[in-house]
Amino acid sequence: MKPLKAAGSFFADLWKSFRTFCSMIYSNKKAFAGAIILLVFVFLALFGRLIFPYDDTTSFADMYKQPSWEHWLGTDGMGRDLFDMIIYGTRDVMTIAFLTALITVSIGVIVGMVAGYAGGWTDKIIGMVTNVFMSLPTFPILLILSMFITIKDNFTLAVILSVFSWPGLARAVRSQIISLKERDFIQICKVMGVGRGHIVFSELMPNIMSFIAINFISSMKNAITASVGMMTLGLALFEPTNWGGIIVSARNSGAFAIPAAQLSIVAPVVTIMIFQIGAILFSNGLDEAFNPRLRKN
Amino acid sequence: MTIALGKIKSFFYKTKYFWTKLLVTLLTLFIVAVLSFVLIKSLPGDVVHNYAVNLQNTLKVSYEEAYETATRLLNYDPEQNIAAAFVSYLGGLFRGNLGQSMYMDNVTANTIIRDYLPWTLLVSSVSLFFSFLIGTAMGVRMARNRNGATDTVCTGIITVTSSIPDYLLGVILLMFFGSVLGIFPTYGAYDLATKGDTWKFILSVLHHAALPIITYTISQIGGWALMAKGSAVSVLGDDYVNAAVMRGLPPRLIERKYLKRNAMLPLVTSLVISLAYLFGGSAVMESVFAYPGIGRAFTTYIGKRDYFVIQGLFLFLSFFIIIANLVADVLCGLLDPRIRER
Repeated sequence: MKPLKAAGSFFADLWKSFRTFCSMIYSNKKAFAGAIILLVFVFLALFGRLIFPYDDTTSFADMYKQPSWEHWLGTDGMGRDLFDMIIYGTRDVMTIAFLTALITVSIGVIVGMVAGYAGGWTDKIIGMVTNVFMSLPTFPILLILSMFITIKDNFTLAVILSVFSWPGLARAVRSQIISLKERDFIQICKVMGVGRGHIVFSELMPNIMSFIAINFISSMKNAITASVGMMTLGLALFEPTNWGGIIVSARNSGAFAIPAAQLSIVAPVVTIMIFQIGAILFSNGLDEAFNPRLRKN
Repeated sequence: MTIALGKIKSFFYKTKYFWTKLLVTLLTLFIVAVLSFVLIKSLPGDVVHNYAVNLQNTLKVSYEEAYETATRLLNYDPEQNIAAAFVSYLGGLFRGNLGQSMYMDNVTANTIIRDYLPWTLLVSSVSLFFSFLIGTAMGVRMARNRNGATDTVCTGIITVTSSIPDYLLGVILLMFFGSVLGIFPTYGAYDLATKGDTWKFILSVLHHAALPIITYTISQIGGWALMAKGSAVSVLGDDYVNAAVMRGLPPRLIERKYLKRNAMLPLVTSLVISLAYLFGGSAVMESVFAYPGIGRAFTTYIGKRDYFVIQGLFLFLSFFIIIANLVADVLCGLLDPRIRER
């Protein structure tokens, strides 16, 4: 009976914290603006392809057309509509960012919670492993890895990006858990003999939920930066419509020297910037809303 | 006797923080060395044989002699068992032999580092200097007039500059100032024609380094400003700042003598980490600007599949980053005793 009840109250608590979360976002201007931007991108990733159908036939006659009513942002080096390409690629970019954030946050939260809650030798060993991962030189290792494996699908890319990005989060979650563990309400739970599952999921989790949300968004932001960087260096294969892919192919076909082609570099860069600004506003706003020390000043 | 033992014990207990950091550093270095050894071990066995045959023809010596020279130069003998090969590999590294190129006789990882490292050092240290100065000044100003106009404008600037990945900013700047306007050169570190004339050479070097430096500086200001602001806000709440305000000291003096100095202290350690970060990420940036730095050399030799040079450069870059992390951690512990207690 007990685990059932714990699970039920867990979902009830989750729903309650989700509602306070939404009202918090609504009350903070920055978080609200960021949330709107992010939701637009999520919407485009889900339904953008239906609204702006993308035609991938190439024709050199239409190469580097200037913006017009027919082609809102002009065309790229192979005569494809740039606006439609960016919309089409949104799903690809979002998938990489979302998967990376999901894996990073899962590893980080689980490792951090185990270390913080268990303490003792478990904590020491996990701390050592985290430290080693933190001081590994990420970029040189990625370059070396690229000689052996070519990253072909989004999931592999997400896994490789996550492997190097969880340690910071794990460390932060650990210190949050340690400070929460000493607080009265957890101590009372322990004295009352409440199960460990209940303490972890119903008492500790809701308290670090906002922290996890902030980190989820900033991992998405970092994943986009890193994945485009890997595409620039040719470490990861990409769909031609991926924003990073558009930039790389435009650069490789010498778009620098052709004035009409410069839009196919600027447009995806600006798209990336808009997404990143949304993510920064959202996470900063959440931070302000949930961190009373920042709010007061 | 017992007193001496106790003293030694308490010395180790007090410096526990540094020993753990040192242990982690050694572990990481070991992992990196194993990684690069695995890279060599995974090569087909005839790489050394081919190189020996090559040497035999150029040096006009017997095959056995050439083979021995090859294993010495390449730091690796495929006929040894793994443990012995790893030990002799480490031995070669300690002698300072980072790796011989398989295609060019007079090129080793050491000469590549000598030729390319100065350019990376120039760009990363100068940009670090500028971004630190501008960023921290901005951050302290923001902390002093929070919620004022300065704060809003600066926050806006920081949000925009940190929204664009540094190499993409590089691509955009290079396109406009390099290709479209033609103000800055689009590749290289200096003009070959200016090699004889010292002053012209220096000017040419600055001209070529300007765009990468500007890019790095712009993309790093935001981080420094936010860090300095956070640090200064916490200092602002301290008693001695309040006391200084109450004594009626002029705000300029408070900002310079009380605020800036104490807010800067925690940032010093971040400087070291940033230098390491710039080194690690230099590969992308330098390939954007076609700048002959160490990161670009690394990617070039990866393209050529010159394995023994690659592992040497990899070890060097990793060593630099790992040691920088250690220095930062130790500095942090020395400057702030509270961290050591954790």
